[in-house]
Amino acid sequence: MIEEKERSEPKVKQLLRKILPRVKSSIRGALPQIIAVLAAFLVGAIALLATGHSPIDAYSALLTGAFGDVFGIGQTLTQATPIIFTALAFLFAFKSGLFNIGAEGQLLFGGFTAALVGISFNNLPVFIHLPLALLAGALGGAFWGFIPAVLKAKLGAHEVITTMMLSYVAFYVTGYMVNYPFKAPGWVAQTVFVAPSAELPRILQPTQLSASIIIALILAGFIYYILERTTLGYEVRAIGLNPSAAESGGINVKKGMVLALVISGAIAGLGGAGEVLGVHRRFIEGFSPGYGWDGLAVALIGGLHPAGAVVAAILFGALRSGGMVMTRVTGVPLDIIFVLQALVVLFVAAPKLIRYLLEKGGLKWWK
Amino acid sequence: MVEVIEIINVGLFAAALRMATPVAFAALGGIFSERVGIVNIALEGMMLTGAFTGVAVCFFSGNAWLGVLAAVLAGGLLGLLHALLTVKFVGNQIVSGTGINIFALGFTAYMCQIIWGSRGASQSVQGLSVISIPLLKDIPILGGILGSHTPLVYLMLIVTVISYIVLFKTPVGLRIRAVGEHPSAADTAGINVYKTKYICVIVSGMLAGLGGAFLSLGHLSLFALGMTGGRGFIALAAMILGGWKPLTAFGASLLFGFADALQMNLQGLGLLPSQIILTIPYVLTIIVLAGVVRKTIPPSDYKPYVKE
Amino acid sequence: MSIAVEMRNITKSFPGVLANDKIDFVVRNGEIHGLLGENGAGKTVLMSILYGLYRPDEGQIFVNEKEVKIDSSATAIKLGIGMVHQHFMLVPSLTVAENIVLGREPTKNKVFLDMDKIMDEIKDLCDRYQLEVDPKALVHTLPVGVQQRVEILKALYREAEILILDEPTSVLTPQEVESLFKAMRTLREQGKAVIFISHKLKEVLAICDKITVLKRGKVVGTVEANETSPSELAEMMVGREVLFTYEKKNVRPEKAVLRVENLQALSDRKLLALKGISFDVCEFEILGIAGVEGNGQTELVEVLAGLREATAGNIYLDGKQVTNTSTSERIDLGVSHVPEDRHKRGLILDFSVVENLILGRHNKPPFTTGWVRLDFEKASDFADGLIQEYSIKTPSKDTLARYLSGGTQQRMIVAREFSRKPKLIIASQPTRGLDVGATEYVRKKLVEMRDQGCAILLISADLDEILGLSDRIAVVYEGKIVAIRDRSGASELELGLLMAGGKSD
Repeated sequence: MIEEKERSEPKVKQLLRKILPRVKSSIRGALPQIIAVLAAFLVGAIALLATGHSPIDAYSALLTGAFGDVFGIGQTLTQATPIIFTALAFLFAFKSGLFNIGAEGQLLFGGFTAALVGISFNNLPVFIHLPLALLAGALGGAFWGFIPAVLKAKLGAHEVITTMMLSYVAFYVTGYMVNYPFKAPGWVAQTVFVAPSAELPRILQPTQLSASIIIALILAGFIYYILERTTLGYEVRAIGLNPSAAESGGINVKKGMVLALVISGAIAGLGGAGEVLGVHRRFIEGFSPGYGWDGLAVALIGGLHPAGAVVAAILFGALRSGGMVMTRVTGVPLDIIFVLQALVVLFVAAPKLIRYLLEKGGLKWWK
Repeated sequence: MVEVIEIINVGLFAAALRMATPVAFAALGGIFSERVGIVNIALEGMMLTGAFTGVAVCFFSGNAWLGVLAAVLAGGLLGLLHALLTVKFVGNQIVSGTGINIFALGFTAYMCQIIWGSRGASQSVQGLSVISIPLLKDIPILGGILGSHTPLVYLMLIVTVISYIVLFKTPVGLRIRAVGEHPSAADTAGINVYKTKYICVIVSGMLAGLGGAFLSLGHLSLFALGMTGGRGFIALAAMILGGWKPLTAFGASLLFGFADALQMNLQGLGLLPSQIILTIPYVLTIIVLAGVVRKTIPPSDYKPYVKE
Repeated sequence: MSIAVEMRNITKSFPGVLANDKIDFVVRNGEIHGLLGENGAGKTVLMSILYGLYRPDEGQIFVNEKEVKIDSSATAIKLGIGMVHQHFMLVPSLTVAENIVLGREPTKNKVFLDMDKIMDEIKDLCDRYQLEVDPKALVHTLPVGVQQRVEILKALYREAEILILDEPTSVLTPQEVESLFKAMRTLREQGKAVIFISHKLKEVLAICDKITVLKRGKVVGTVEANETSPSELAEMMVGREVLFTYEKKNVRPEKAVLRVENLQALSDRKLLALKGISFDVCEFEILGIAGVEGNGQTELVEVLAGLREATAGNIYLDGKQVTNTSTSERIDLGVSHVPEDRHKRGLILDFSVVENLILGRHNKPPFTTGWVRLDFEKASDFADGLIQEYSIKTPSKDTLARYLSGGTQQRMIVAREFSRKPKLIIASQPTRGLDVGATEYVRKKLVEMRDQGCAILLISADLDEILGLSDRIAVVYEGKIVAIRDRSGASELELGLLMAGGKSD
């Protein structure tokens, strides 16, 4: 009799019973990051007060701007999309022990190569042209990641500096490309539009949200799978945690590092391609307001887990889109959102800091 | 071709020394921090904050030197933050440094908007005036290169020499080197490892702040968004190239200063598009790192020192 | 003789471990006092408390009959306590002089280092205690025995009256040990109190006046050295008989599994570490490499495991040329490696037990199907099997390696490496830092593998271990093999001499 009762239990309840503990433990695991975000907003509120602005007005404008209507949500997700890519890029490299802070440059370069393929052909069917352009973006980013990778593997050059330098180089090189050889007629430094067969479709009218976000989400799942369930991911993680032991276990550490950084660059490049092909449909100088740097912060705030990166990216996307509304409505300078971002990164940098603050604040029961 | 040769003159080298100054200050800062075992990639942010604070204080007080002092204090404060996060709270040094960089960018832009209503640049201020050293400036060639500069340039030269003396000729420097390379040995010798690390990282922030003050008060007489342009990272390359020693790091900074000065002069010639010329300092940094790093041994393993 | 140090009722615990349990300990001036016990008995912890590195949970300390609170090394130094650590506290890139005066530097005008005064004071110390060093030498260039002298001078420079020596002989040749003992006797004659921490019975009996034995954090007893015997001490230390030799199958090895010819390789500092090494190891044989650390053993192991390039010479495995092939290929060919540093090379501390057990075979069937997907189910089953077979004590197979004890970690490495049924096992310091139980287990397992036909290359700084396990013994000195002997023809004295570079007649 009991068996029959169990069998007739709704499928939904069964599913919930499986998922709920997992969700609970994820939240518990993400507690330091959540507290970091809250702490950052608290400090931000103090900063706003100190400079003569009302935190309540600013934050509510932020919230309604980001999620208040279809347009807001669309903007939020659109802004979040490239950040998902750059966060995954940083995350993947980080798992192998490398600090790729040049995702911005890889994004720009990949965006440009995608645009190049997009504008160079006019008679290709969409199911060839679009994937080709996306692939070009990924390869462009991969190339931009390959340079520091090889320099690190062969010559020991620290990737923090080389990727950073290459970001500046990418900025200037693509800037040059789009001001001279590939400049479209007119005043703005941009290319002509890409062929319609290379466009990523918009998925939420009337916003700019493109299919790029679908690619981003699939990629996030894919990255998780690679890292946790494949030999490649095993080796990448081993190299990141203990290169000496990995080497003793027969893993080719140098090759692994190069591969990780190249893949990392490819991810960022794909993100650039998504922006160029989905949102703007052309390469515009300065189209990235620092998505690469956001990606870094987002990866850290997301606890270096692909799912966390997606959630944190949406948070940052909300900050950006809501921020523009906030500036318009309350006059608070947009840059406060960067201060907020930085504060979250700083709070996340030192896990012991959170514990210290909780103890000092008498909130021992949180633990 | 003739035009390129024409720009190689005394003025170019004087400009090289000038443009080397911020990098040298930051590189010296980097040396103090890394010698004690803390990686400081926040030099860029500390420099930028120093640049901004200098102009802001100068704007409100009318005194450029007060601005310089404020820049030093601002840099030192960020240094304290970095030290707290990495030493006391054993945080990841690169993450902390990156956070400070992002913070500096956002904070300076935000405050720029608040004070002057524009996030791109501040108003001009009365910066530091150039001084000429009486006998020095009359020496042929050398006088042209060294004779007239803003005081911060000369200060940089003095600080470089002082750094060398402190690090290698005093007990303080001996302890600093021991703390970075073998903190347990320093600890059991009775040295306060944590205090030493704090002080050195704060000093590194102060020096970076000085470098920033040069860029704003000593060079352009205003603050512009992101005006450090990666110099904080180039300073790290100079530090590595110089083997974490003040005198050689200064030499490396001269190299980058030269690239910077060259890039500025080449712009005027119109031979190459400006964007390509602008990449020169960055490409040079990459080439230098690629060529040099194998042969250098860092002064520390940068692992956090935790007493039980 | 007056009492120099008295420690009363000292208790200290760490998470999960009661390191010192109500310990009473008294040392007099003009006395060499041995602190004897197994690895993990609490000797170093007790002395670290005396030197201010830890604070006791309970108990009192009296120095020269006055109660004191020692909250830092600086305080301990002021009280006249000096410590020579097991792992040297010397800064490699600084000179001997700089290391000695670190923290107490004489200055000119309070700002600059007074190099002349430093040199004078050091020369003075060297003469007084008959310890020779070159003050201008860089520490990283000095042999270990000389580095230890620098450590002692450091303590004496700070006017230490009470000197703690923590396992000072573990890195010395028998001849260097004699030198050290001579210095200790000089110190005793000058009225200093010397505390000698060791786990080596014979040495403690040779040099000490009094001996205190610790076992599992408690004092077992204090005896006069001339009133006790090795077996009495051993029983106090361990509480049972300790195996020193192992039963081995009597086999005549014939087929060489590993042949090494004229091997040369550079060290990390680009100096020639291996200067033309030749030897072979046969199946059913344990070849022990004896030698003081730093004579090329580390480099030899790395070259054989494929982790370091051989700059000249050849390596043959079963007759096949394998010089400079990759580690992965060597694993395929049947080479297993138990590394000397299990935290650095042996395990990935933040990987689970399962993930660590498949390391080295993670990219081969049956764990990979196709060439990408890792079959974690098969890995899990495999891990279950090994946990059972090798008695790996872990709460679960998903526990991270860093939470397991040293002995369990070593078992994991042994399980992983031995279960591959290798042709050649390279075991480097396999019992370092392990307690008696774990040590016995590892040694028994090595003998087991040898009896099954494996060729084993055993590198150990513990001469007793080499003598106990090897069929043949090779001595390495300054990158060369200076002798190879059958176990039966080897004597500790001769080996000690060879290890120090002497020539035997």
